[in-house]
Amino acid sequence: MSEKLEIQNKEIVVPGQVLAEGMGYVPGKGTYRDDKAVVAELMGIVTVDGKVIKIIPLRGKYMPKVRDRVIGRVIDVLMSGWRLDINCPYDAVLSMKDGSSEFIRRGADLTQYYALGEYVFCQVSNVTSQNLTDVTMRGQGLRKLEGGRIIEVNAQKIPRIIGKEGSMVMLIKKETNCQIYVGQNGRIWISGEPEKENIAVAAIRYIEENAHRKGVTDSVKALMEKLQ
Amino acid sequence: MKEHLLKSLKKGVRYDGRKLDEFRKVTVSYDVSKSAEGSAKVTFGGTHVLVGVKMGVETPYPDTPDRGNFMVNAELTPLSSNRFESGPPSIEAIELSRVVDRGIRESKAIDQKALCIKVAEKVWSVMVDVVTVNADGNLLDAAGLGALAALKVARFPKYENDIIDYMTHTDKKVPLVREPLPVTVFKIGEYLLVDPLPIEEQLADARLTITVTGDNTICALQKGGEVPLSSEDILSMTDIALKIAPELRKKL
Repeated sequence: MSEKLEIQNKEIVVPGQVLAEGMGYVPGKGTYRDDKAVVAELMGIVTVDGKVIKIIPLRGKYMPKVRDRVIGRVIDVLMSGWRLDINCPYDAVLSMKDGSSEFIRRGADLTQYYALGEYVFCQVSNVTSQNLTDVTMRGQGLRKLEGGRIIEVNAQKIPRIIGKEGSMVMLIKKETNCQIYVGQNGRIWISGEPEKENIAVAAIRYIEENAHRKGVTDSVKALMEKLQ
Repeated sequence: MKEHLLKSLKKGVRYDGRKLDEFRKVTVSYDVSKSAEGSAKVTFGGTHVLVGVKMGVETPYPDTPDRGNFMVNAELTPLSSNRFESGPPSIEAIELSRVVDRGIRESKAIDQKALCIKVAEKVWSVMVDVVTVNADGNLLDAAGLGALAALKVARFPKYENDIIDYMTHTDKKVPLVREPLPVTVFKIGEYLLVDPLPIEEQLADARLTITVTGDNTICALQKGGEVPLSSEDILSMTDIALKIAPELRKKL
């Protein structure tokens, strides 16, 4: 049986497209094996890493992963915790014991901590096979987000907005003097001077649209300098 | 969140960089639907609204035997926003259709007597359908502008021997004598603004929809929101609306 790669690295592929023939290739994220072929499951950019073929989707809803730091909105106050909307098809639960670094007494008024409609920066602590998600507020940098504004972006572009080791978001923070929290779920919280915030939003929108291009860092820098 | 928005408005800067009394980019395209007698698509930035005009022959209402029927219906489709769900029309959808309806009806924009075919037996009915494609704030003004645009281009279908031929349209236009256009002014804190973003709509204290005809006559009002408006508020809101309406009218 011959082994053959049907596509080139970094090519855009569509669902159902045969990417490679033969058992020598291994299906990675966003692909599956059909008989002996590796077939695309998503629309996106294909990456061939040795024998592994994976697809980075162009867009799509966020799916929770353990250790992801996300921005959630309180949609319900339960008996022993809060239900959060984390911009994904499934809600997350923040239980009372994970709700705060301080001890929350049983029967306390939970709205004192997080009320309906408020935003929190939290971390995914557990995801079951049924996608029931638990989040926690115990951890460094996790906090309630007061004031500021929330923007929503394509969750698949978040890694690019953060940049290598946070370089891109650091650049925006430095140029605009804004506080920025980026959630892996595609929500971004920004707080700063109104005009500077608008510059930060413009920069983020620019990265979102040009994530696939090279040299985005330089053009973002130029864009922000122009807007100042 | 609201304090933050107010802080921004205090400096006269909106979340998308506009000024308080500035509209987003407005576009109007005509005859987007083949099956409607007249249609228009209106966009205000990210807000997209489709409006279609359908015509038919019906019996008139008993209290207005010599007038044509006129009806506005609005649908806030789930595809336009995650806030909307399918099913019977929501209060929001009913308000949207009624505000558009009122503007056109109360300004007597359509000469309903000209729609009469035979008194107490047959009249033309004009049905305006508003469908939201993307709800990114200010649906009211977009729907109002769309309804007016669609009515302006709507033409009667061919009507012979009691049969309507929807495939052929005559040159006869809907008898439109006035051009009502709604402008909604929102109040957040002490600030007045137009063409709100969804977040501004959500945090607004009050809003006033002012429908204005071509000669800047106010023909309908609709107030929304929980906070009462003072008479000074209403006066300055109408001033803004009267200033905005002619600019918006140019897009038609």
